[in-house]
Amino acid sequence: MNLDPEHWLGRLTEAPGVSGHEAEVADVVREAWTPFVDEIRVDALGNLIALRRGALSRTAGGAADAPSILLASHRDEIGLMVTLIEAGGFLRFTTVGGWDPRVILAQAVTVHGRTPLPGVVGARPPHVVPPDQRSKVVPLDELFVDVGLPEADVRASVRVGDVITMRRRTTRLHGDRWTGKAMDNRASVLAVTLALEALADRRHAWDVYAVATVQEEIGLKGAATAAWGVAPTLAIAIDVSFAKQPGAGDVSYKLGGGPLLGFGPNIHPRLFEGLRTAAEQLEMAHHVEPVAGASGTDAWAIQVAQAGIPTALVGIPLRYMHSTVETVALPDIQRAGRLMAHYIGGLTAESADGWVDDVAWWDESD
Amino acid sequence: MKDLIQTLAEAWGPSGHEAAVREVVLRLLEGHVDDTRVDALGNLVVRKAAAGGAAAAPKVMLAAHMDEIGVIVTHVDAEGFLRFAPVGGILTGNLIGTRVAFEDGTVGVIGSEKRDDASKAPKLDELFIDVGARERAGVRQKVGDAAAFRHGVDWSNGRPITPNHDDRIGCAVLVETLRRLAPGPNEVFGVFTVQEEIGVRGAAPSAFGVAPDMAVALDVTGTGDTPEARPMAVRLGHGPAIKVKDGGMIAHRGVRALLERRAEQAGIAVQLEVLTGGTTDAMAIQTSRAGVPTGALSIPSRYVHTPSQIVDLGDVEGAVRLLVAVLAQPLEGVVDGR
Amino acid sequence: MDVNLLRRLSEAPGVSGNEGAVRRIVAEALRDHADRLWADTIGNVFALRRGAAPPEGGVSDPGAGFRVMVAAHMDEVGLMVTDIGDDGSLSFEAVGGIDARVLVSQPVRVGGSGVPGVIGVKPVHLTAGGEREQAVAIGSLRIDIGADGRDAAARRVKRGDYAVFATEMLDLGPTLLGKAFDDRGGCAMLLDLLADRYPFDVCGVFTVQEEVGLRGARVAAHALAPQAAFVLECGITDDTPKKRDDTPVTRLGHGPAITVMDSTMIADPRLVRHLVATAEAEGIPYQLRAPKGGGTDGGRIHLAREGVPTAVVSIPCRYLHTPASLISKSDFENAVRLVRAALHRLTPEVVAR
Repeated sequence: MNLDPEHWLGRLTEAPGVSGHEAEVADVVREAWTPFVDEIRVDALGNLIALRRGALSRTAGGAADAPSILLASHRDEIGLMVTLIEAGGFLRFTTVGGWDPRVILAQAVTVHGRTPLPGVVGARPPHVVPPDQRSKVVPLDELFVDVGLPEADVRASVRVGDVITMRRRTTRLHGDRWTGKAMDNRASVLAVTLALEALADRRHAWDVYAVATVQEEIGLKGAATAAWGVAPTLAIAIDVSFAKQPGAGDVSYKLGGGPLLGFGPNIHPRLFEGLRTAAEQLEMAHHVEPVAGASGTDAWAIQVAQAGIPTALVGIPLRYMHSTVETVALPDIQRAGRLMAHYIGGLTAESADGWVDDVAWWDESD
Repeated sequence: MKDLIQTLAEAWGPSGHEAAVREVVLRLLEGHVDDTRVDALGNLVVRKAAAGGAAAAPKVMLAAHMDEIGVIVTHVDAEGFLRFAPVGGILTGNLIGTRVAFEDGTVGVIGSEKRDDASKAPKLDELFIDVGARERAGVRQKVGDAAAFRHGVDWSNGRPITPNHDDRIGCAVLVETLRRLAPGPNEVFGVFTVQEEIGVRGAAPSAFGVAPDMAVALDVTGTGDTPEARPMAVRLGHGPAIKVKDGGMIAHRGVRALLERRAEQAGIAVQLEVLTGGTTDAMAIQTSRAGVPTGALSIPSRYVHTPSQIVDLGDVEGAVRLLVAVLAQPLEGVVDGR
Repeated sequence: MDVNLLRRLSEAPGVSGNEGAVRRIVAEALRDHADRLWADTIGNVFALRRGAAPPEGGVSDPGAGFRVMVAAHMDEVGLMVTDIGDDGSLSFEAVGGIDARVLVSQPVRVGGSGVPGVIGVKPVHLTAGGEREQAVAIGSLRIDIGADGRDAAARRVKRGDYAVFATEMLDLGPTLLGKAFDDRGGCAMLLDLLADRYPFDVCGVFTVQEEVGLRGARVAAHALAPQAAFVLECGITDDTPKKRDDTPVTRLGHGPAITVMDSTMIADPRLVRHLVATAEAEGIPYQLRAPKGGGTDGGRIHLAREGVPTAVVSIPCRYLHTPASLISKSDFENAVRLVRAALHRLTPEVVAR
């Protein structure tokens, strides 16, 4: 079976899934993963946890102590939430996740009331805005969503606490570049999907837990509980990172230049080396991404779950992060998937040992 | 209810110093719970068994925090004035002239250095506490001593005003709920937590110990019903608020739906709450272990984190009735609520 | 105190996430008197000292009984190379909390082999009006290892390499001047304390990644599940001359500081009272650390599992998180005396509910 990545990139990114409200996108993920996994469950916070058994647990008839690796990609997206319905049916809102307030004005949105309602974030025409105000950002308190319906209809359909997503078709730009909303982090969900597909075609010893985590954008919450509940031997978090673009500094990476391998306190050095070796074996373009402290990704939460889990971070370069035109290069996603599958394929029963020795008594001599 | 509110509001308990509140709660619950324990951090955990002591009954945790915001002495100067640091989110704009009380009953007044621009909120290091001492030697306070806003309850138009509705009103709701609740299908853990105001610290260890199947935090929330308030749909006197989101967490949708459904069935007026800043114990409970379906029920309160907080008794009563209705029945749709 | 051991600890490079050099010194020092020595996957080192009076049957069960964790962190703040420029200069980010103003014109060592480098500064002659009053941003600083161009630099360093201050420790008589006393001073204290046996099991934990968010202590405390914990730190002082009659937080040379409250925790009041009572009974000078900002591993340890009664004892340390910090030998010795006596006098009843 051959998965069409372009089809799934569109499906995954266009599905709504604001943090804390990730059920619809879960259905898409479930559909994409089901052909490749043995079990799927949803935990208390809503993490979608899929298990693809490896040879060790298959041959042992489902041995519970087989080594496992957890692949975490968050499926929530940043969005908005209704705080108040004003006279006239205008909707005041707050943000869910880290928005740049400048991005929100004049965006097309969908309000998830009893039924989805298309709307826009209203902007006054420039003709009536005094020139000195045009250089200022409209404060969040003054923004509103207009769904074009009479107030009574709005009140019948929308309640305080309803979420609002950005309404954006995922589109192919020149060549293999794609743009849309929620590429952060559905691009990584696709990478995990591609890794599962690749693993279906090869023997692998370890159990693989693919997890589409929730509530990453509001504090890495899903990853923390998923890691606690699964308690894997190892974990890899996959998330987007900064691609070169106007305004990005030294620490950004070429779009289309291959996946990024995080390095720093958040990343177990042997896991990093293992992924780097895998990339070299595949002759795959990749870059090392130094992360001096908090990675701001699921990896940060997973590493300190329970008594600690050796964790790595794989990045996919992305332009215009936390906007509605997030842009990726599809080959970067495909490479990230292939890289994880190749690394996992190389894990043997013996690879479960030595994760203490390799870091704690590790010799840094160059 | 009025006595209960009064009794709890008069107990002294800035974060880290909750022993007096704990004693009051224990006394108020005597004969109403099956067992009680105090954990390493000082959280009080009381348990009410399910009907017939069913071992497999779902565990529900209700949490209200005992601590209140305050100040802590960092320095006693040569003249006997006390410099201080905040305990929790005190707002310096409200402090000048405010009275604070230490554990031994000593009352101090917060004073300010000269200020060039009185229209701006003072900086913390411009403020000090004056305990009326004639000289340094007469000052009993030392570095590390904490104080709370001076206690007292006023009733205005039937609404109580206290410096610590946050969160003694939540404690009152929890105490009253446990008193009224008959054994039902659920095993109920009432947790009176510590150190919420300095970073929801008590809740996580207590949730780890209880390992509940569902949790609801009881706390105050802001309102949008005062002149030129920040836009917010919550109004005083329109019922307890079922939390959708705050600055720290998004409520579990199944728990939220269960609260809404039970309110509708019992004919209790409720509101939905989206709070843009601040959070509650629910944030810490939600991510305990492998995750806990967690929501929050809020008592609307005006002027939170000031020495004068106002709530409405109808909202308090509604919260108690709603919690009793939820706990007396099975927890439908929570675990599969996503 | 063993000044030479502290010198080795202080001079070893050990930025958060790269504590190997410190770990080796610690492990070597412990080999003779730890009853059990192990590590975990994040890199914490655990050294167990069995209690002097194990229960019936000899060896005590690590899963039962009274067990006390004593922690000090091995990591220090430092730098990480993020990019190599065309001219061979190195961009970097801070690992942990560093005030960029202390970085200007400092020598550093880069990478596992300690490549010497300097953080350069524009000649004062070329600075324009006002520029000298402006603090530099860390993003505008570069490390110069003397390499001529990107290729030459890339032969000696790589992206992700850590850099530390190139500071040799100096013994000034009553005081010591060196880098990374935060928290190699605590590590030295802990090594000293582990030479003793106490009435119950004591597990010394040399943690990692304190400076980037108390990461090692968090998982160590979860794994150990102790009944009480002490954190050994080198903590801030603000005792240099200032205008306002306000707190020095702690004062150098006035004895170990006992924490009441900081940004990350309220110390267990029973343990605080126990420490104060111990100091007074034994005639050990001590001070209460004023409740100001800052945090320690205690911030995570006290929240582990169902909560752990935790206290912090620190050696006052001037100029923390800079290339050269200052501590007093007498504070070090009194801190060791205080914690040693407090452990000997500790009973489970002190923290019982």
